[in-house]
Amino acid sequence: MYAFDYVRPQTLKEAAAALRKSDQARFLAGGQSLVQALRLRLARPPLLIDLRAIDELNGIRVANNVVSIGAMTRHADVAAAKEVQRAIPALARVAAGIGDRQVRNQGTLGGSLANADPAADYPAAVLGLGATIVTSKREIPADKFFLGLFETALKPGEIIVRVDFPQPLRAGYAKFRHPASRFALVGVFVCDTTSGVRVAVTGAGPCAFRVKRMEKVLAKAFTPQAIEKIVLPAEGLNSDIHAAADYRAHLVTVMAQRAVTAAAKL
Amino acid sequence: MTTPLVLTVNGQAVSVEVHPRTLLVELLRDTLRLTGTHIGCDTGQCGACTVQLDGRAVKSCTVLALQAQASEVTTIEGIATAGGELHPMQAAFKEYHALQCGFCTPGMVISALDLLKHNANPSEADVRQGLDGNLCRCTGYHNIVKAVLAAAAAMRP
Repeated sequence: MYAFDYVRPQTLKEAAAALRKSDQARFLAGGQSLVQALRLRLARPPLLIDLRAIDELNGIRVANNVVSIGAMTRHADVAAAKEVQRAIPALARVAAGIGDRQVRNQGTLGGSLANADPAADYPAAVLGLGATIVTSKREIPADKFFLGLFETALKPGEIIVRVDFPQPLRAGYAKFRHPASRFALVGVFVCDTTSGVRVAVTGAGPCAFRVKRMEKVLAKAFTPQAIEKIVLPAEGLNSDIHAAADYRAHLVTVMAQRAVTAAAKL
Repeated sequence: MTTPLVLTVNGQAVSVEVHPRTLLVELLRDTLRLTGTHIGCDTGQCGACTVQLDGRAVKSCTVLALQAQASEVTTIEGIATAGGELHPMQAAFKEYHALQCGFCTPGMVISALDLLKHNANPSEADVRQGLDGNLCRCTGYHNIVKAVLAAAAAMRP
């Protein structure tokens, strides 16, 4: 690991001021991806700005059918929160299935979204539920947030404050878990709302994306059989030692069907 | 440049100066000489370095020492009583021969305690799944699972 400076601001204002001193600085959330990236020298920031002490980035609130989760809320806390389990049980299950217990005890919602790992779980839930990412500067709809491989709409110095998840009629998540890394080879989040169905996929492309063809069909018949013939073209999907693109395309259909089944049960 | 770090480790106040890139596991092993916390894979996979940070099991190879500022850390050395009496989880690992080489054991014990904190009455499947952040290359996990189930029974009020 290369040497770096470290600060722990108490407020968003202090965090922004710290960043102005060094435009190559990185924000540190739980560090479950960033600390390993530092150790592998994949990242070399001169300064880390630890967001842990900023109170307004913490906590879970449910009001007016919206679940608001602070950016620094850990996965284990989302998974265990009774109010999340009641309002959006599928979201609690997504959190409960991320990584392993130690990662869930330290990793955060905001960190996962800002990192935008192509195989992370939360992006599928955020996009599937049509959540709003509230930052220190503006509100970003999930549909405009994920731009590419580890690339988001966040501007330099912009900090995720919280994510607002609208409560759906029903929702479900299914992932084909890589047995060693526990990342999603493919994960699909399906969500049924009064304004239509949303299907969001992680693990298969450079970043989370929606499958509108499935959404249209599921809006008419919310059953796993309705989408069994819809298979994505393999072109453009991820291909690596874990799975070829055509296998991932196949998994998208299978996981989407399982997510529909899970949603119908809740 | 070093930064002051104040925290509690196994109930004792610790005040040190660390370089920001110091990992929590390096602070514990190299500075505080608490070598019961092991470094296995060094890449956040194996869980041998698991310690409690404010009561939560975390991998100390994937946490900066400064992230533990003002926190309470408990390592395997802090699990038994001050008099040296084994914690029921440690006693169960001994009783059920839940270790061979012992390298993964400190992390296993800390993770197992985290598991029981959230589920005091786990099934065998809960234990197998709940310890998936800790790798053991000797036992095949069988006796570890038995030990955790026995400890759960012993620890229930």
